[in-house]
Amino acid sequence: MTTKLFRQDIKVINVGLARFYEDLKYQRAKVTKVDWRPPAGGNLKLIQLLSKAESEEVANANKIAVKKIVTSSPKLIDIKRARDVIGVLRGNMTLLHSGPPIEWERMSGPTKGGVIGAAIFEGWASDARQAEELAKSGQIRFETCHDNSAVGPMAGIISPSMSVYVVKNEENGNIAFSNLNEGVGRVLRYGAYDEEVQTRLKFMEDVLSPLLKAALIITGPLDLKNIMAQSLQMGDELHTRNVASSLLLLKELGPSMVNTDFSKSDISASIDFIVKNQLFFLNIAMAAGKSIMDAANGIRASSVITALTRNGTDFGVRVSALKDKWFTAPAPIPKTLFFPGYKEEDANPDIGDSAIMETNGFGAFASAASPAVVQVVGGDVKEALRNTIKMSEICLIKDKSFPIPQNNFEGIPRAIDLRRIIETGTAPIINTGVANKKPGMGTVGFGILDAPMGAFIRAFEEYASTL
Amino acid sequence: MPKKSFISKGDYRDSVFLMRVNQECQKLDGVKACAVMMGTDANKDIAKDAWLYTDELANAGPNDIFIVIDAIDEAKCETALAKAKDLLNEVERGESAEEMSYRTLRTAIENEPDSNLVLISTPGEYAFTEALTALNNDKNVMIFSSDVPIDDELKLKQLGSKKGLLVMGPDCGTAIINGIGLGFSNIVKKGPIGIVGAAGTGIQEVTSLLDDVGISQAIGTGSHDLSEKIGGITMIDGIRMLGEDQETKVLVVISKPPSPAVTGKILEYLRKVGKPAVVNFIGGNVSDEGNIIGALTLEDAAKKALAIITGAQPSATIFSKPMEELEALITQETKRLSDKQKYVRGLFSGGTLCAEAQVLFRNMSRPVRSNVPLEKDLLIQASARGVGDTFIDMGTEEFVRGIPHPMIDFRFRNERIIRESQEDDVAVILLDIVLGLGANINPAGELADAVAKARVNGKSIIASVCGTERDPQSLHLQVSALERLGVIILPSNAQAARLAALVASRGGAWGYLK
Repeated sequence: MTTKLFRQDIKVINVGLARFYEDLKYQRAKVTKVDWRPPAGGNLKLIQLLSKAESEEVANANKIAVKKIVTSSPKLIDIKRARDVIGVLRGNMTLLHSGPPIEWERMSGPTKGGVIGAAIFEGWASDARQAEELAKSGQIRFETCHDNSAVGPMAGIISPSMSVYVVKNEENGNIAFSNLNEGVGRVLRYGAYDEEVQTRLKFMEDVLSPLLKAALIITGPLDLKNIMAQSLQMGDELHTRNVASSLLLLKELGPSMVNTDFSKSDISASIDFIVKNQLFFLNIAMAAGKSIMDAANGIRASSVITALTRNGTDFGVRVSALKDKWFTAPAPIPKTLFFPGYKEEDANPDIGDSAIMETNGFGAFASAASPAVVQVVGGDVKEALRNTIKMSEICLIKDKSFPIPQNNFEGIPRAIDLRRIIETGTAPIINTGVANKKPGMGTVGFGILDAPMGAFIRAFEEYASTL
Repeated sequence: MPKKSFISKGDYRDSVFLMRVNQECQKLDGVKACAVMMGTDANKDIAKDAWLYTDELANAGPNDIFIVIDAIDEAKCETALAKAKDLLNEVERGESAEEMSYRTLRTAIENEPDSNLVLISTPGEYAFTEALTALNNDKNVMIFSSDVPIDDELKLKQLGSKKGLLVMGPDCGTAIINGIGLGFSNIVKKGPIGIVGAAGTGIQEVTSLLDDVGISQAIGTGSHDLSEKIGGITMIDGIRMLGEDQETKVLVVISKPPSPAVTGKILEYLRKVGKPAVVNFIGGNVSDEGNIIGALTLEDAAKKALAIITGAQPSATIFSKPMEELEALITQETKRLSDKQKYVRGLFSGGTLCAEAQVLFRNMSRPVRSNVPLEKDLLIQASARGVGDTFIDMGTEEFVRGIPHPMIDFRFRNERIIRESQEDDVAVILLDIVLGLGANINPAGELADAVAKARVNGKSIIASVCGTERDPQSLHLQVSALERLGVIILPSNAQAARLAALVASRGGAWGYLK
């Protein structure tokens, strides 16, 4: 026994009564507050399952998952037609959509709008009515992006003729895909499908994609981890803010674009398209995220979350140990900052695979890097930092590869641990775009939400039963 | 009678916070009674007993907050309920905008790696896990929580002792480490006297009385440390730490009487340390031997420790006031009494103070009935009507289930003062008033109504105030406020108990004191 304690200033962590914290403050003592609440909301069954899940087996499995995540090295290697790389899109009329699986009847407005738009774009239907008939009759088959190594923001509709980014996780050897980002407003992924949308999609297929592909061949595979880490230091959280990352991409590909055989007007139109879209890089980041999470998926006994995603109706969760199984709960409506002219009643429940960014420690998890984003819901710089710290409570690591300057260069919290979500009752926070609930309309604003606990509780109960 | 309720699902606040909301609601226009509590079964029972139960409460679980308002009419009920909901949210918003807080101890430690002490006041069933996390991360702990199984306590203390970490508690209410008060404690000057105590209010009384010379450390061990099972692990570690500490010149050890085996062990360690050590085992006499000096009361312990520092001859104190002043006081108080009024009812917020007063009464041949009695046959239910001299420790489990400690919340004590003052044979109501950190910010204000009623009913009110000038309440402000209410204030619990006996016996007790 030493009296070391007596020779230091005491620095207290107060766990429990707020009064004791206030009294320590009153004495000007150094004190930190734990906002204590009973674990798992005091639910005895969950507390028991938690103690079962605090095993060495789980710890070791999670170590493997963490290693997969931090050593992943996503590279953008190519841009290809979806049908050429995604098996299920060959042959019959098949579309990929975001989130967990869903049938036409239960699809939300924006997803239906996306389906209609894609059916018209593919030439399967000449108008919305016809497209709806096709979908209703079951002639169009639906598959999830996630089940096909892909991710798509919002409605996430990927049709056979669309181009997709091909991202390879070089360390693990797996491939992931995502479509190209159209910008905001009246766009297919928000459920709009009119002439404006069709014209843009056509431009993207005829000009933008082939040009980017050609430029990529000249530049060579792009190290995405590098761009993502840099942009984090430049104020992006890589989900709802991709300003720096999109410009960094242009920096990498721009010179090569100029050196292709494409016409000056094509190059100019493409650069114009990229610089006007502050989310252009998002889909590439998502494909990178998907390639990382697929590498960490399917590890026996690992409680790491490998997918958070929404289809506009259901919110879906995957946990590594249970591999491809979905656990769902109704998708909540985000707290939204509306574009002028829209209001609460216009907002669709949460939608899109873009929460793959949060699954990877970006988006709301990296709020501290991007205080501008919390302003969306009236937050301040402190709140941004608080969100990041809050998310670190449910994550296994802080990844030093992605330091946040505003948080003393601490790494972003990564490897979400299902056990910690249950223990703390803290659901992942997600930054997101918000779609109009009516098909054919588009974006109504940006928002933030807590993932629904129900999905995690169901996932945890089944996960714990396998231990 | 309109009664309305509301359940806030999945919402947790500590009981002190909820009490504050409750208190605010109680003051609202037209509200007759209200309850704002966590939906545990115990709390629901309390609501039932208070006629504040609604069928909706069946849906409230331990992790939900329920609000029940009983008001004079529907409209007032609605308004009050809305206000109660606001209050729940208001403070939460205020807090979250201000401070950075962590959701779990694990994250707090990760983010504050140089923290060195974790203060735990969760419900008892969760305290072990939190304390284990703290110890595994090499943090000292103070566990305020009670109701921790003794086997868990042993595990924690063995681990802490092995790692050289202090484990104060479970059920440790008071400590002062490096001049910083923890839990229920007083703001006391730094000085040469080091204290280890298994008795919370005992430590408060001694440290407050030593405010002039100051203390080095006051280590609380928790109330079960000196049981056979634990064997005084924390007390022995504490004695050793104070023995090594250069600033500590004199030790004071305070506890209710431990078993002979544990007593032997403690005294052995004190002899080994060699520094002068004043020992007060409330009611268990320790004789002077070598460096060990026995003390009968907490005040004696403080005075003897002080005498060693100043080089004066240690002597016991009966009263601080001059004799004539005392005689005048006794006459003044007895004059108000009828022949029937013969007994003292003690209503204590400090368990140690309650025990000490019982010991002093026993020594004056006045056996006291109590819910925490010195002898088994003097046991009386806490809620039962007092018989003869009856002292109630109002900080025991039955009083604090779901409700803050009586040092914070005066509701039950005030009710009881009024009740006792309606008994014909009661002469004196004896109180302890504990100031300091954690305690109610204005005890005199809380007591005013009840004391006034008791005075009207012809009772003498005698009290001691435990506290210091630098306490948030300020000792002299509280003393003068209480004196204005007609309460006779003595400078220690022991003196207050003696005066109570003197008044009740019309001076008869002098025979035991002079």
